[in-house]
Amino acid sequence: MSTPTLIADNGRTLGESHPDSPLAVNGLTVSYGEKPVLFSIDFVVPKGAMVAIVGPNGAGKSTLIKAALGIVPRIAGEVTVFGAPYEKARHRIAYVPQRASVDWDFPATVRDVVLMGLYREIGFLRFAGRRHRERALACLERVGMAAFADRQIGQLSGGQQQRVFLARALAQEADLYVMDEPFAGVDAATERAIIAVLKELNGAGKTIVCVHHDLATVPDYFDHVLLVNVRKIADGPVATTFTSHNLQATYGGRLAAAHVEEVAVGREAAGEGR
Amino acid sequence: MGTDFVVLSLVPLAIGILVCVSCALLGNFLVLRRQSLIGDAVSHVVLPGIVGAFIVTGTVAAGAMLLGAGIAAVLAVLLIEIVRRVGRVEPGAAMGVVFTTFFAAGVLLLEQSDTSSVHLDVEHALYGNLESLIWLAGSAGWAALLDPAALAALPPQLPRLALVTFAVVLFLLVFWKELVIGTFDATFAESVGARPGPVSFALIVMVAVAAVAAFDAVGSIIVIAMFICPPASARLMTDRLVPQLAWSVVFAVVSAIAGYVLAGYGPLWLGAAYSVSAAGMIATVAGLILALACLAGPRRFGTRTAARRRRPPPRRASHHQSSISNSLQV
Amino acid sequence: MMAFLTALALGAGYNTALVTIGAAILGGSAGAIGTFVLLRKRSLVSDAVSHGTLPGLALAFILMALLTGDGRNIVALMVGAAFSAALGLFCVEWITRRTRLTEDAAIGAVLSVFFGFGIVLLTVIQSLQTGGQAGIAGYLLGSTAGMLRSEAETIAVAALATGAAIFVLRRPFTLVCFDEGYAATRGIDVRLTDLAMMGVLLAVTVIGLKVAGLVLIVALTIIPPVTARFWTDRPERMVLIAAAFGAAAGYVGAAISASDRGLPTGAVIVLTAAAFFAVSLVLSPVRGLMSGLATRLRFQRRVHERQGLLALARGEAIYDPLTIKVLRRAGHIRADGVATLEGRAAAAAAVREEALWGLYRRLHPDEAGALDHQGLAPIATALPPDVVADLAARLEPADTGVR
Repeated sequence: MSTPTLIADNGRTLGESHPDSPLAVNGLTVSYGEKPVLFSIDFVVPKGAMVAIVGPNGAGKSTLIKAALGIVPRIAGEVTVFGAPYEKARHRIAYVPQRASVDWDFPATVRDVVLMGLYREIGFLRFAGRRHRERALACLERVGMAAFADRQIGQLSGGQQQRVFLARALAQEADLYVMDEPFAGVDAATERAIIAVLKELNGAGKTIVCVHHDLATVPDYFDHVLLVNVRKIADGPVATTFTSHNLQATYGGRLAAAHVEEVAVGREAAGEGR
Repeated sequence: MGTDFVVLSLVPLAIGILVCVSCALLGNFLVLRRQSLIGDAVSHVVLPGIVGAFIVTGTVAAGAMLLGAGIAAVLAVLLIEIVRRVGRVEPGAAMGVVFTTFFAAGVLLLEQSDTSSVHLDVEHALYGNLESLIWLAGSAGWAALLDPAALAALPPQLPRLALVTFAVVLFLLVFWKELVIGTFDATFAESVGARPGPVSFALIVMVAVAAVAAFDAVGSIIVIAMFICPPASARLMTDRLVPQLAWSVVFAVVSAIAGYVLAGYGPLWLGAAYSVSAAGMIATVAGLILALACLAGPRRFGTRTAARRRRPPPRRASHHQSSISNSLQV
Repeated sequence: MMAFLTALALGAGYNTALVTIGAAILGGSAGAIGTFVLLRKRSLVSDAVSHGTLPGLALAFILMALLTGDGRNIVALMVGAAFSAALGLFCVEWITRRTRLTEDAAIGAVLSVFFGFGIVLLTVIQSLQTGGQAGIAGYLLGSTAGMLRSEAETIAVAALATGAAIFVLRRPFTLVCFDEGYAATRGIDVRLTDLAMMGVLLAVTVIGLKVAGLVLIVALTIIPPVTARFWTDRPERMVLIAAAFGAAAGYVGAAISASDRGLPTGAVIVLTAAAFFAVSLVLSPVRGLMSGLATRLRFQRRVHERQGLLALARGEAIYDPLTIKVLRRAGHIRADGVATLEGRAAAAAAVREEALWGLYRRLHPDEAGALDHQGLAPIATALPPDVVADLAARLEPADTGVR
């Protein structure tokens, strides 16, 4: 081994090492007190990939994306978005929080929520105009919710709420879509509609990163996977990374070996269940 | 009659309306953020600020009082945040620790300092004296409104509160999008750069400004009532934000006028020869409106089902608190 | 100063001694019941309760004044206060249950409207042709000066009764606060227990009105429990510690207040409690400001050191300026970023630590998950030696190499 030097190619930054990656994370550590929620995560999202972040409950999946997007403070680690610090590349990211994280009894219509996605475009000291309303409607059209534009958001079902969140993300016209559990608690039709939109975006060269809880659908929906349980267990293409060995390491004793075997090996298993 | 009204009632009524409207407008966002009690906390912590300013400057000049009260309010908000984070207690308890301590300090300071020469006491701080804000120069009746000399003799609280109400409206217009996005979905707001942290802090500063300006004229209890009752009633009337703000303004104005009139004339109608506290009566009327809205408001049940209506999920409340704290770290 | 010490030693007259003891018992009860209320996350409900007493106080005063000519009958006032506070509490519950409004809005609405209506009634009292109007003002901010002997005795006895009630009900209270579901399976009626909790809170509030005043009595149910939180995480101990802080604040505060003029009892008791709180906030070894800050900094450095050493061992780039600083300060690298001899040895040791911890996590995922530090502590100090030896024996050479 040659004498290791600290700063590779003296002074290069993380962004320069991964100028094209939509999201590069190095040594990301988040902790509450002395208990790390995430420990030293290194991860580079390839451009144009569809990535699932998978791990057991409490493994820090949501925290991972929140810390990467600067929403949760980190105690160590660096993050770049398209080779730049997050603040400079904010406009290229659309973030979709967990549906349950907001109060749906809020006095707003479906259209109002989608217009929030146009926040940067509308600009400071201005209000949404006709053009913005039409854009919002077009985004709702893409998720099959145009007819609900003037509905109060509290009257929507869980699946419809998730579609509205997706429409808001579409309105942002981003290059990277970061979604926190987009399929949690939605009906089967909505799940199909959402994945269709995501695949369409992906086909247009956009990068998608989803925190995902349903192991059975990982091989169907995604091409890359990141397995986390406080630490990174493995990452890479689904075909080589989403193995029973890695899943066992991620979920430990909490996942029956047989089940791991089933979801990791069988692509057909995903279709049967639903 | 006209002259009497202009001299005795016009200014208190106008001040009452301005206080009620400015507090109610801001209160809409406090209620939606589940921070209703911030108004309660801020109006209590104002007391030591005002007494402290009096002790330092030796006068009851409005500027010093407002500054002292403002400093106390900001300090209290910072302390609440520290207690909440370090002690890991719910926001309500953190608030309770800080505002009662501040209020106790204010009471003690007041007792210890010689304020007998000036009009400064705890009762005044709690329920003010709206009725005393008469306009002697208005003795010319309605014509006085066109007389510059008479206008110059208006109680200073009136122009001050007009300014504050204007500032509140301006604040809401300028930061409308940020307030709405940050209130609905603070994490998303953070991700699009809508700065929910600084905006929530600014909201609380505006709450403090409104509370402090109103305090001198009407006392703190009406301020708390106005931060909460009209917006809460309005919330039971509509599912849209702009109509909700409109309803809250209507309720605030009705409370102010009806409360003032009932306090001044109600006992007379009942055959008694005295009047009762206008501030107290305005709060009472606001409460009656809320009671009616709770019983018959078209949107009183909201969209939540009966089972989920029990208690708010704690995560949202804490979420906004943490966004305040983010702004404080900056 | 002498006057204070005399009062502290209960030597300042029978009434003062009684008030001081009463305040201590009251503070203890308030601290204990406040802890349960805090654990139920409903601290500010007591604010609605205390402000809600005013209309009842005023109505009772008016009624007594009309009947007997003097409104200052402490028992009647307490009963009136309890009734209207209960009504306020009911309103909070009803609004939260039956409308879309949340509890904070319900509390704020009830406290301000009840208080506002109470103020209206106070102005009615001021115009009554009866004596003792000044007496009612004492309930706003609390005053023990000139308290009647019967009043002091009533307060002391009633405070003792609430203390006894809390002692009797401590088991169901603790269970319900700790785990509602489990309490239900043990045959405890959660709703009834909550109701009893609110009942005791109401009693403490009403009894404390005369001593602390209705604006400040809420502090006695909030500050001591939050203070106790800095010293323990266990509910039973928290109740005891809160009661102790509350009793101390009541005792010392009442004694200070009795020692001189211009020291309002309620404010002084609250400030005494706040002083205990401030000291705990800063100095508590469990979660105080100082220790928390130090822990965070120390932990952050350890994380950076470990990450840097691992990167060093793998020959990976280090981007983080703090990591570089930590490594340099520890002598692991030279100013030009090249690892020193010690640094390389430390890096190798870190890799071995990581490998051992990794193996442990693989073999015993559940035990490893229960650890708080996720493998940052040296494994030899965190696990028994035989386990470490076993892990070392199983360690394959490949595990310590570059991954």
